Amino acid sequence: MRTVFLRLLPHPILSLLLTVVWLLLVNSFSLGTLVLAVILGLVIPVLTAAYWPDRPRVPRLGRLAVYLVIVMWDILVANVTVAFIVLFRSNRAMRTHWVVIPLDLKTPEAIAILAGTITLTPGTVSADLSAEGRCLLVHTLDTADPDEESKGIKNRYERRLKEIFE
Amino acid sequence: MMTLAFIVSFFCVSLAQVLAMVRLIKGPCVGDRILALDTMAVNAIALLILLGLAGGTQIYFEAALIFAMLGFVSTVAYARFVLRGDIIE
Amino acid sequence: MTMEIADIAIALALLSGAFFTLVGSIGLLKLDTPMKRVHAPTKAGTLGVGSFLLASMIDGFAYRGGSLHELLIMAFLFVTAPISANFISKVNMHRGDIDPTPPPPGERTWATFNTGPADKAGDGPM
Repeated sequence: MRTVFLRLLPHPILSLLLTVVWLLLVNSFSLGTLVLAVILGLVIPVLTAAYWPDRPRVPRLGRLAVYLVIVMWDILVANVTVAFIVLFRSNRAMRTHWVVIPLDLKTPEAIAILAGTITLTPGTVSADLSAEGRCLLVHTLDTADPDEESKGIKNRYERRLKEIFE
Repeated sequence: MMTLAFIVSFFCVSLAQVLAMVRLIKGPCVGDRILALDTMAVNAIALLILLGLAGGTQIYFEAALIFAMLGFVSTVAYARFVLRGDIIE
Repeated sequence: MTMEIADIAIALALLSGAFFTLVGSIGLLKLDTPMKRVHAPTKAGTLGVGSFLLASMIDGFAYRGGSLHELLIMAFLFVTAPISANFISKVNMHRGDIDPTPPPPGERTWATFNTGPADKAGDGPM
């Protein structure tokens, strides 16, 4: 029973995403478009299943939603901060640093989301991952204390991502 | 009021596009030029959406979507070419 | 009355979008090192386009009976902006146009500099 289910629906989240994207592309809701969207969402993952052999673990969706709300709020704050720094600080007064963040996360999806979050939030851009994937190199635009920044990121984002994915 | 908002927005986005083009010409590093091209693609999406809003039509939406995708793919392709000397390995 | 409120909301979204787009490009021109320049357009430019799309969505709901497909562009931009920034940082590191980077603790090097034997065989474009 379980193998039949896996064969017919190899990636449930991908199916859901394809359905929603098709409905958004059509941009008008009727029963016909919904049926076509569901058909596409069911058929495309089955046809392309050979290229996606790994099944990523389904994250805790409720906590992921909370995380997304926090990140959106931080993006708004980040943009006001960065706009202020860009417009009113001279180049010489900015204290840029390289910050190395040791990672506790193991799953690639979680690390990718953490790197994306760091880039979109206040004054930090994630530049590179170390060769074995255990630290993240982050560039900060204007911070007084790099260690404090690293601790803040670990506390605010990495702890939550660890709860969601691991 | 709406007309004024549209005029200000068109002016700001066009000015942003010109500033990005100055950085594209000035360089001095390859990374700056790629970044300037990426910024210009994003600003072009903004201009297309503004045109659609000001004209009250939906026909620019698909163009904006394709600009978003092609802008991202070309940025990655260019960066990858500089990094590896090859795009498809 | 509701039309007026919608108009005010659209105008506000347009103006904030224009402001952030302009700030992104000013930052691109004003900042003085390649890594600093990555900061301004990736954040401010993305939010600027996001505001324009928000204006378009309000317009759709106020005058055309609803439209949500702007969410597609918005989601796409917010997902791809960090990836572009990451690739541009890698280019900057690779070309050596920036301050030297600190070594990762407990490991050999950063992924950009981690070249295998296959990479060393052929010459790059430089």
